[in-house]
Amino acid sequence: MSTIKILTGNYAVAWGVKLSRVKVIAAYPITPQTTIVEKIAEFVENGEMDAKYLMVESEHSAMAATIGASATGVRAFTATSSQGLLYMHEMVWWASAARLPIVMAVVMRALAPPWSIWNEHTDLMDQRDTGWLITLAENNQEVLDSIIMSYRISEHEDVLLPSIVGLDAFILSHTLEPVEIPGQDLIDEFLPPRPPKPFTLNPENPITHGGIVTPEYYMEFRYLIEKGMENARRLIVEVAKEYKNITGRWHGDLVDEYKCSDAKILIIVAGATAGTCKEAVDVLREKGFNVGVLRLRYIRPFPSSIVRERVSSVKSVVIIDRSYSFGGGGIIGADVASSIYGSNGGPLIHDYIAGLGGRDIGVREVERIVEETVRAMESGEKGIKTLWFDLKREVLE
Amino acid sequence: MHKIPITPIMKPSEGSMGSTGTWRIVKPVVQHDKCTYCLQCWLHCPESAIVRVDEERKIIIDYNYCKGCGICSDVCPVKAIIMVEE
Ligand code: SF4
Ligand code: SF4
Repeated sequence: MSTIKILTGNYAVAWGVKLSRVKVIAAYPITPQTTIVEKIAEFVENGEMDAKYLMVESEHSAMAATIGASATGVRAFTATSSQGLLYMHEMVWWASAARLPIVMAVVMRALAPPWSIWNEHTDLMDQRDTGWLITLAENNQEVLDSIIMSYRISEHEDVLLPSIVGLDAFILSHTLEPVEIPGQDLIDEFLPPRPPKPFTLNPENPITHGGIVTPEYYMEFRYLIEKGMENARRLIVEVAKEYKNITGRWHGDLVDEYKCSDAKILIIVAGATAGTCKEAVDVLREKGFNVGVLRLRYIRPFPSSIVRERVSSVKSVVIIDRSYSFGGGGIIGADVASSIYGSNGGPLIHDYIAGLGGRDIGVREVERIVEETVRAMESGEKGIKTLWFDLKREVLE
Repeated sequence: MHKIPITPIMKPSEGSMGSTGTWRIVKPVVQHDKCTYCLQCWLHCPESAIVRVDEERKIIIDYNYCKGCGICSDVCPVKAIIMVEE
């Protein structure tokens, strides 16, 4: 039986964690995330959740403990914000390359100095290269639903990468909204216990995980992370559809579109600001502007092909970026621009991924790269293409 | 399916250089009459080469893996472990 409660975004996270039957939570408090882990602590203390709650001395330890728990095969969770997330950063990389399907809530907050506890997306965007799936919610209902869906997607054996659910500080984290809480039986069916993948630590059968790999094979492990990301594109769509079938709710899949079909102007945005943009679209349409909103529900994997398709049918695009890459530019702006590169000419770009983990790039390799690109250009190839250079296909097939 | 796991996983086994015990040039020897079974050596041994026998309150050094680093001898508060040349 589902019920409706009036919840903050943070409490919606806690309810999502409870419904997902998470077994280990390790956390360290930081504003504006703290009430997430406080609420979960209350659930555990009252016996409403059968889980182990670890109080640790820092965010770095919080992620390390979550990784340890996940490596034993249980479902694990943590939450953080801002400075805490940056302090955790080293372990964030470890979690994804260890292929552990952890889910973490990030309440997106500005970085210091100057001190600020208010909202922007820089802390989350700083994780965009780590190999985590990253989704941003528009409202508190989506927050709860995304936590549950994220475990399903992350734990799928074709993905096995952790997920971040981002929610905007205060705009969602501390704002009350009606949230429908699905029945536990429904979620138990949707999200069965976690399969014992990719490995489980067990003293009866000892293994070491993550030891040194020479330049001979390092790059192949990196490529397999990218493959997990590619597979996630499919899973995100499938899981969103399945979730709709059982709950009736649809928040979008990789993207969420609002009045896009006839739009001449497209707003591209992520997170809670999308809700405001949708309101603005209604006002602007009355004034005669044909506007639509393309909300990026996921920024990793980046919905490149959908962005390319939608952008090609409009006359102008507005991007609202709540973060910045100093010396680079707007982050979503750069990803959008690279997604659409080549639709209006420009030289062929081959982006070679090479030399990871110490693999040699010699003069011969550069010659081959250039000759290959020239051949592609002469055969009429256009746009931008990412190529993993000299992968050992024989171990990947 | 690919031939490598998706993340590197290693199983413990004897290395190509054999058991680490052959690397030793000095060897820790326990003088059991002095030993108080405080377990400092057991705790500090980087190779986990010290085995505890709780029933007899006695430690045994596994010379198949002991590298002879001498840490156990160094940490022993009653100097019960002496290092002797192999
Ligand atoms: S000498 Fe070193 S390796 Fe050998 S038992 Fe003592 S501490 Fe362990
Ligand atoms: S440290 Fe010394 S006294 Fe303590 S258990 Fe080892 S040998 Fe015995």
